[in-house]
Parts: sequence; C-alpha cells; structure tokens
Amino acid sequence: MADQQPLFEYLLRLGDNGVILSHRLSEWCGHGPVLEEDLALTNVALDLIGQARLWLTLAGSVEGKGRDEDQLAYLRDAGGFRNLLLVEQPNGDFAHTLARQFYFDTWHYFLLRGLAGSSDSRIAEIADKSLKEVAYHLRRSSEWVVTLGDGTPESQGRMQTAVDALWAYTGEMFETDAVDMAVVEDGVGVNPDTLREPWAAHVYDTLERATLRPPDENWWHKGGKRGLHSEHLGFILADMQFLQRAYPNARW
Amino acid sequence: MKAQPQNPTVEQVWTWLAEVNDPEIPVISVVDLGIVREVFWRENVLHVAITPTYSGCPATRIIEQDIAEALRQRGLTQVQLETRISPAWTTDWLSEQGREKLTSYGIAPPSGSAIPITDISGGPRAVLRIVCPRCSSDQTRKISDFGSTPCKAHYVCRSCMEPFDYFKCI
Repeated sequence: MADQQPLFEYLLRLGDNGVILSHRLSEWCGHGPVLEEDLALTNVALDLIGQARLWLTLAGSVEGKGRDEDQLAYLRDAGGFRNLLLVEQPNGDFAHTLARQFYFDTWHYFLLRGLAGSSDSRIAEIADKSLKEVAYHLRRSSEWVVTLGDGTPESQGRMQTAVDALWAYTGEMFETDAVDMAVVEDGVGVNPDTLREPWAAHVYDTLERATLRPPDENWWHKGGKRGLHSEHLGFILADMQFLQRAYPNARW
Repeated sequence: MKAQPQNPTVEQVWTWLAEVNDPEIPVISVVDLGIVREVFWRENVLHVAITPTYSGCPATRIIEQDIAEALRQRGLTQVQLETRISPAWTTDWLSEQGREKLTSYGIAPPSGSAIPITDISGGPRAVLRIVCPRCSSDQTRKISDFGSTPCKAHYVCRSCMEPFDYFKCI
C-alpha cells in the first residue's frame, strides 16, 4: 500500500480551509449589513462546514488512527492546521470579507472541478457534490465585487482597499510542494499551478467589470499549507476549541 | 438472500416513507424531495439509502432520525440507514407532486433544470421564469441566492410586492 501520509495531508488542507473560513463567516451571524446578507454569509458558512466534515472524516479514515472529524477539528493545535493563510484573515469590513471570499471561491471552484475527475472515487464524489454549492458561492461573491466596485465612491474605495490588502495572500494558493506532487502523481489531486490561469482569468475579468484596479504586487505570504500560520489562527482556535478543551468529550 | 415472508415489501416501505415529511418544509415528504434513493432488504435488514440535499444542511440528521422512527413505529427494528453522496442530489429529483405542494405552501418550486456549474459569471443569466406562489405573476426579482434554508433563494414579487422563497435549482 502506498504511503498514505501525503493523501492525509492533502485532505487536511481541503478540510481545514472549510473549517476556518466557515468559522470566520459565522462571526458575521447577527452582524450582517442587511438581513439578506447575514443569511447568505451564514449559508455559505454552513455549506463549507458540511464539506469540511466530509473531507476531515475521509482524512481520519485515511490516517487510520481512529481520529474522527471532531477530533481533527477540535484537538489539533495551530501548527497542525493546513489551511491557507487567506482564510484565517480577519473579516474586516464587508468589502474585506467579500474580497477574501471572492479570491477563495474562484480558486475553490476550479480546484473542485479538477478534483471531480480524481482517480480516487471518494474524493471525486465529495468534489462533485461541493462544486454545485461552490458555484453559487462564486456567483454571489463575483456579483458583490462588481456591485460594490462599480458602485458609489465610498463602496468603490472600500472594495479597492480590500482587494489590494488581501492580494498578497493569493499566491499561496498556487504554490506546489511535495505533498501536492505526490497526490498529483497518483492522479488523486490537482496540481495547484494549473489553477493559476483560470483563477486569474476570472479574477481579472471580474475586477474589470467592477471598474477596480487589479493589484500588481507579486510578493506572497506563505506557510499555512505547512502549518506556519499568522497570529490570527490561534485566536480562532481558542474560540472554536474552548469547549472541547475545557470539557473533553462534551456532547451537544 | 430473499426477504423473509414476514418482512413488509419494499413497495410497502416506500409508501410509509412517503408519509415522512421534511422537518423544515413540513408539507413535502422525503420521497417527494428525492432524497430517498434506494430501499432494499439484505439478510433481514432493511437498508435505506439517503442522499443529503446540501452538505451542511442541519435537517439531514433530523431526517434520518424521523425515518428511523417512522419505520420503528411500523415494527421495523433492523434498519440500516446509509448516506450516499454520489450521484449528488439535484432538484431535478423533486417529484411533480412535491412541486405542487411547495407552490401551495408558498414556496416557488425550482424552475427548469439545475443551472450549469460552468456558469459562474455572476452577471445577468438567462432569466428563469420564476412565478410568485401567491399571485402567479412572473414579474419577480431575486433578492439573494441564499434564503431561510440552504436550499432556498430569496425573491420578491413585483406585482403583489410580497417576498417569497424560491427552491433554487442545484
């Protein structure tokens, strides 16, 4: 049997992006700028946590040490998380939350399209299901970037600030390391480098429709995929994991 | 292995399941929703395969409990519920009867087939004809693709001005 460690790592990355971004979005619950958006933000959070459960359950079974989705989500420390730095960035204003979502959704969508053709049927099935939901996420965040960008001077300024501020976190999405290469070789995973082009095409096209200036920096924050996180993740985990840490095995 | 004579037939079980309603839209059954994919006996255990609607739908677990409880009340104790995520659930599986029940409950049923996942522009799409479940006007407008539950979008009717839920295509 092939070494399962790269596949386990790869599945953690998929699951952790969902867990952490979902947590961030859930922070908006009751604070959305309008009721409809409060619902949309939390609906997207719900889809992402549902998908993360599928990925982490599969990760636990691939690892073979008896860890389930809850143990993986609640009992790992920051260094054990494999999410992109982008998704742990604070919500900021509504424009920041949307810029983060828009960059992530675009990448997530093309990633899932690739994974739907995975040679591992368990992965292909989860990707296929998630893709339907993520297409809705991407349509929404793209629509909002255009609405706010091509809006009032106030909304345009905020949207521009947000897409500029988060740009440096997008490069990590296309970084390819040994884990990626191992799963790509098996026909199981997607080479992140191949996502760069379709991602950029959709992002630039949307920014243009939004009358926003595409950022042109090419220096990137990296490390999340390897467990090197920004200070923000620790605060998220302190909030998210408190109950299971303080009262081990507590059940709802 | 053949079902024992005392086991109810699969057809009988389907009619029982058709009486189990969705907890969040209590006028439509789990069979109308198209989430019960298969019912079969294997070695005196009744297997029911369920395909969840949305990955994070909180109703999924309740639905499983409701199905198990309904079958228990019919005297079936050897029941195995399986979650089957592939093929992924689609609104194309909603029954005709289910669509009619949704409309009379005030929820516009899905219009046409699922939007192709390849359509991601976020721009104006081929406009679906979504009819107001109250006044039957097709002069309606989308407020948000996300509504009160994961499966619904939020619309408003321009004719009667009432907001309504639309069971969105997926």
